[in-house]
Amino acid sequence: MAKIILAAGEGGKLTRELVEGLIYPQFKNKILKPLTDSAILDSIKNGEIAFTTDSYIVSPIFFNGGDIGSLSISGTVNDLTMAGAIPIAVSYSLIIEEGFEEDDLKRILKSSSLTAKKAKVKVVTGDTKVLPKGKGDGIFINTSGIGVILKGRKMGDERIEIGDKIIVSGDIGRHGATIAAFRHNLRGKNLSSDCQPLNSIVETLFRNGIKPNSLHDPTRGGVATLLNEVCRRRKVSIEIEEDKIPISKEVLGVCEILGLDPLYLACEGRFVGFFKKEDADKAVKILKKYPSCTRCSIIGEVKKLESINYPVILKTKLGSLRPIDELTTIQLPRIC
Amino acid sequence: MVKKMKTIEFANYPKFADDILKDIKSLSKKLKEEIKIMEVCGTHTQVISKSGIRRVIPENVKLISGPGCPVCVTPTDYIEKAIALLKKGYWITTFGDLMRVPSMGNSLEKEKAKGGRVSVVYSPLDALNIAISNRDESVVFLAVGFETTIPSICATIKKSAEEKIPNFKIFSAHKVIPPPLEVLAKDPSLKIDGFICPGHVSVIIGSKVYDFLPNELGKGAVVSGFEVLDILLSIKELIKQKVEGKPKNVNNYKRAVKDEGNKWALTLIETFFEKEDSNWRGLGIIKNSGLKLKKEWREFEVSLNGIEEKRVIEPQGCKCGDVLKGVITPKDCPLMEKVCTPDNPVGACMVSSEGSCAAYYKYERGLDG
Repeated sequence: MAKIILAAGEGGKLTRELVEGLIYPQFKNKILKPLTDSAILDSIKNGEIAFTTDSYIVSPIFFNGGDIGSLSISGTVNDLTMAGAIPIAVSYSLIIEEGFEEDDLKRILKSSSLTAKKAKVKVVTGDTKVLPKGKGDGIFINTSGIGVILKGRKMGDERIEIGDKIIVSGDIGRHGATIAAFRHNLRGKNLSSDCQPLNSIVETLFRNGIKPNSLHDPTRGGVATLLNEVCRRRKVSIEIEEDKIPISKEVLGVCEILGLDPLYLACEGRFVGFFKKEDADKAVKILKKYPSCTRCSIIGEVKKLESINYPVILKTKLGSLRPIDELTTIQLPRIC
Repeated sequence: MVKKMKTIEFANYPKFADDILKDIKSLSKKLKEEIKIMEVCGTHTQVISKSGIRRVIPENVKLISGPGCPVCVTPTDYIEKAIALLKKGYWITTFGDLMRVPSMGNSLEKEKAKGGRVSVVYSPLDALNIAISNRDESVVFLAVGFETTIPSICATIKKSAEEKIPNFKIFSAHKVIPPPLEVLAKDPSLKIDGFICPGHVSVIIGSKVYDFLPNELGKGAVVSGFEVLDILLSIKELIKQKVEGKPKNVNNYKRAVKDEGNKWALTLIETFFEKEDSNWRGLGIIKNSGLKLKKEWREFEVSLNGIEEKRVIEPQGCKCGDVLKGVITPKDCPLMEKVCTPDNPVGACMVSSEGSCAAYYKYERGLDG
């Protein structure tokens, strides 16, 4: 089986063959075609520019429901989407370890390509480096993304008000649980990452006249950490209800065996949204039409801050209250 | 009700919980004085704390945590010795919980950050694999735990012997549960009425071992599973026993616990270990409450020759000992939240995932009125 050799990162003929032969065919478009130092984009006249970047070092590279390829596109598309931006273009930088299997690289590129097509976003520029054997860990990917925030679409925590309803777009913890299960040789037929771009789902909300006050994707640290961050930024309290939080049986099972808490497990295809009270029910109805959002649910609401020591409170199934802290230790390393 | 357990959907438990709580409330009204129930299992500590049971049971039903956390009851000098072994060149392998246990300003985690060879393992077999893959290294597994864990250490030693792995040893600090139960039950100042007996430990040792509690000491004993409904049913049973004045030993976890225990695991323990007196943090020395390797297996115990016996001073103000004995609850410790937090733990009870203080801080602080 062909492997990536060190010389393929040297910038000469071998790099050109790698880029033109393997990488470019997956992302073919007019902007990328010149394969020069910079991509030239059309000017953005109808909104503000959103710009984001992320690096992907997930281990294992391939997992149920996705891989580093789909993750590296979804993650960056979702960061733009959470800001209210329509994703336009992403950069795609590969750092490959010498000896990496060419077939695996092709599989990752194909996956990134399919995800980019699904998200209707173009890969417009990129870079490829090869590290000597032992200096990397297979493959790392960095993607940066540009999007446009149309007038009236800007969201942010400063818009969150007391009384806002908190919606999760689907069942939580799937990505974190899938990675954890893989690492401990636990297999579950229906256990898979939720890795997916969210822009078309969020676009549907806007097109139906629903504008969330704020959106966040609960990646590392999970829903619990995200809610704590929002409380600290906005100086509010949040109360969520345990029996309203959607968690699949498979994720619960993995958590039971490994001693994990689903509230702290990463999601890579879910958002937590803060909606005006009057919009919440309609938003849930719209979202539930998507297959990945069938378990979308209003999990709680924003309240006045009572104590900075425990701003996020969970009402248990028994009806008593308990604090939910942000993640303070390593629950799982290298999940995204 | 116990039969229905197998088919209960998690989502439906609030309905069944309401029914059991109603029974608990009406039974508790018949009590002439409060009932004090102690659990001695780290996982029970967590489930009770996490589910908020304390806040929904009547005021006169007191649930206290006892010495159910094996890391918490291990004296602090064990960590000092483990660090000394590390500095002597041993590759230390350990369950995760021991990493952050503080000892005189230090910990295994801090030593690892300085470059010390410490590896966290999920199973003692992983520790043995490290020894097998690194034949030039001397690997020591920190063998801490109650009867739940002991059989797996026995199986690891058995494998090590069969495969002739000379560079694997254990540093044993195993303890067994029934002796401290006797000490706690006999202590008149604690006034414990009954025990929620540990689930996982009982899978190994069975439920009949607790007969002495009602028969000789007049205390109720209920072996409980780990679902919220299991705990509620066990509380209900203990209150009923007190109301009727008839303490009993009841196995409420028949789906996992046999009355006579797991014979294979018990034989394994019997093969490798024998009883010795052991020092329990907070409870002092308890006769026949610890285990040491039998003479014929003692080669697997790491030698402490050259390891200094240090006098470990407990941190000032730390009330771990009183918490472990059930004398005070975590919220009564003056250091709780103000000084002692999970980020800055003063004692083991705040570090271990099974520690009462860790569970209180994580799941109950500030909201218990």
